[in-house]
This record gives sequence, structure tokens and C-alpha cells, in this order.
Amino acid sequence: MRIGDSLPEWHVEATPTFVISTALATRDFQDVHHDRDLAVQRGSKDIFINILTTTGLVQRYVTDWAGPHALVRQVNIKLGAPCYAYDTLKFFGQVVGREDQDLTIEVVGRTGHGDHVTGTVRIEVPA
Amino acid sequence: MIDIEKEAARIAERGECAPRLARDPVNLPMIRNWLEAIGDEHPGYTEVAPPAMVQVWTMAGLHGQRTLDDPLGAMMTVLDEAGYTSVVATNSDQTYHRYLEVGEQLSVTTSLEDVTGPKRTGLGEGWFVTTRSTWWVGDEAVAEMRFRVLKFRPAQKLAPEPEVHQAPQAIRPSVNRDTQYFWDGCNQGELRIQRCGGCGLLRHPPGPMCPECGATKPTYLVSEGYGVIYSYVVHHHPQVPGKQTPFVIALVELDEGVRMLGEFDGEPGVGQRVEVVFTKVDDDLTMPSWRPRADR
Repeated sequence: MRIGDSLPEWHVEATPTFVISTALATRDFQDVHHDRDLAVQRGSKDIFINILTTTGLVQRYVTDWAGPHALVRQVNIKLGAPCYAYDTLKFFGQVVGREDQDLTIEVVGRTGHGDHVTGTVRIEVPA
Repeated sequence: MIDIEKEAARIAERGECAPRLARDPVNLPMIRNWLEAIGDEHPGYTEVAPPAMVQVWTMAGLHGQRTLDDPLGAMMTVLDEAGYTSVVATNSDQTYHRYLEVGEQLSVTTSLEDVTGPKRTGLGEGWFVTTRSTWWVGDEAVAEMRFRVLKFRPAQKLAPEPEVHQAPQAIRPSVNRDTQYFWDGCNQGELRIQRCGGCGLLRHPPGPMCPECGATKPTYLVSEGYGVIYSYVVHHHPQVPGKQTPFVIALVELDEGVRMLGEFDGEPGVGQRVEVVFTKVDDDLTMPSWRPRADR
């Protein structure tokens, strides 16, 4: 794992079931994450993924690549376009820093509407 | 009239709120629900929780009430009253000092760090509210988060939202004394390349002075209108007035030697032969673009 290494591209199909089950599993009961009528009334196109799920997906993307012995130390994310139900969320990532066992990985998650999330994850890998 | 900045200062001054307990200790059923929903097959979460779950443990729940001293709740109320009624999360920066073990009881404290606005955003005018939270096991800080939300007034929709494909008016080129000859040429079906009246150098895009000899008396040459694609981009996002995405913008190297940008209609490839085509927009404007050169 070296600076410049790319993570394999990963696609998440944000089905309504996915959006709703992840919102509930993160104990986020805001209506815009499970009730399309209310989401539309509030100006959204559809229900959309909540931020706690985005954090979880970013973490999973990095640990799927780094392996189960990597320890996650930091997840910093910035949200852009919402990820709506029926969107495909495509993740891209690259190692941008390494100091001994500490790695910094830059991650982008993109839908057809633009960047849903950009962020960095800091992990510690076994020696 | 509410003085938002004054209210923010008042709330920030209160510092951290009292610790709020997680409803349940870190527990396996919640972890397994989370792993299942996220689709995470990481084998290591049998005795410790995924770090990214930290905020989950202290979520208020379906019928949760904010505590009275919660600074984020207090700031939301102030902004609600000022007419900024919608909210969207924009940033979450989480640092995990260690993994949390099943059975540990968490609490969280939060303080208001920053309130800035009013800002114009794509969603409407709003204020960015930043809080800082610390999660505790006993008196040990185990994780921290800086969290930012945009509290905004949804942009007024006066007319029904236009469909994306009902493209608004195309962007018009800004025509000036340097470029007038080019657009006049397009109106007459001529692709004109600027040519120095002093040394004869062909150049594009146009400018007032020859970069070679410094002469300021440009003339032009009428191009044959053929070239090859030197490079191109496929534009998907953002939307462009008058255009339906995706569309291709090609940098075409003309047979006369200069390169020119334009929309390309077709399946693009570097090195592909192209020819110019003129599209009349209205009486004053004709746009040049490119298409694959017809086989002859």
C-alpha cells in the first residue's frame, strides 16, 4: 500500500430498501430518509441516504480494500449532491499519504448528479 | 428581527452541554443490523463496534426529544424562528481514539463551535452551523466529531420547475472588436481564422496583437473547415443552459494548423476527421460545431 495506489471502483445501488434500511440501522428517523411523499413535499426528488450511512459506506469502502486488520482512526466527509433512491453511487479512492503504518486515503462517491461525498479516511495498518 | 449572530454567541458561550447518555450500551444486535444494512462483511465486529457507528449509539431515536441545553437544538430553534426552516448536513469529521467494546456505555457532550451566514447556496439562503461533540466512556474521551449543517430557507419556486430537458436559452458568445470577424463569418457560413496583417501568422483564439511580430492589424483567412480531433471532453455535469447533457466538446486541429474548440456531434475519438457545420440560432447568431467528416 503506497502513495498513489488506487482503490478498486465500487458501486452501490441505492435502492429504496437500501436507503430506508440503512437510515433505520443508523437510528435516523427523519422522514426524508423513508417517506417519499414528504421528501418530495420538502423539495427533494426522492428519499435520500442519510449522512451516518455515507460515513459507514466510506468506512466500508476503505476497510474492504485494506482488510480486516486495518484500524480506522478518522473519517472526514463533505457532502455534495444528495444520493437519491435509484441512484448508483460510485466510489473511487486513492492513497494520498503514508507515514509508517498510518495511511491517508482520499475517497469520492459520485452519482449521476455529481459528487455525493468527498472525504479522507485515516487508517492504521499492521506492520 | 432576530440577531442570529448574537444568539449564536450566547449559545456558544454556554460551552458543552451536560453529558447525554446513549439509550443502550454498545451491543451486538445493533451492530449486526448496521452491518447487514450497510452490507459490510468485515469479520472483526463481534466484540467491538465499527468506528463509523459512534454517532448511532447516541441518536435520539424515533420520538427523541432534544435536551434543553443541547446547543445544536437551540441554534436550530433560533434559525427556524428567523425563517431558515430546512436543514441539510454538509460535513462530518470523526476521529476515533479507540474501538468501542460491546457492553460499554457511551455518553456525548456537544458545544456550538461556529455559525456563519447568511450565505447564498444552491438550496437557498442559509447559515452554516458547526458543532463539536465528544463521546465518553466514563471520563475517557473515546471519539470526537465536528459536524456541520446548513440551515436554509428553501429557494422560492414561483413557477413550476422547468423540466431539465426544456433547456433555457443558450449562452451567447460575447462578441467584441477582436472577435466580431469570427461571428460575422459564421453568419455567412465561413469559418474564419485570424491572420496577422504584418507577418501572416494564423492564430486562434483571436486577440488584438500578434504574439509573433506585435502587429495590431489582424486580418483573416477562411478555413476549409476540416480538421482532426486533438482532444475532447464529454460534459455530464453541471447542466448548461440550452444544452442537454451529456455533450461533447472537441478541440479540433484544423488543417490550417490552429486549434479550435466546439461542440462535436457524434461518437468522439482522438484523431478522428471532422468537418465544420453551422447552426443558425437566430438572425444575429450562428454557431459553428463539428461532425464526423463525410466519407468521399
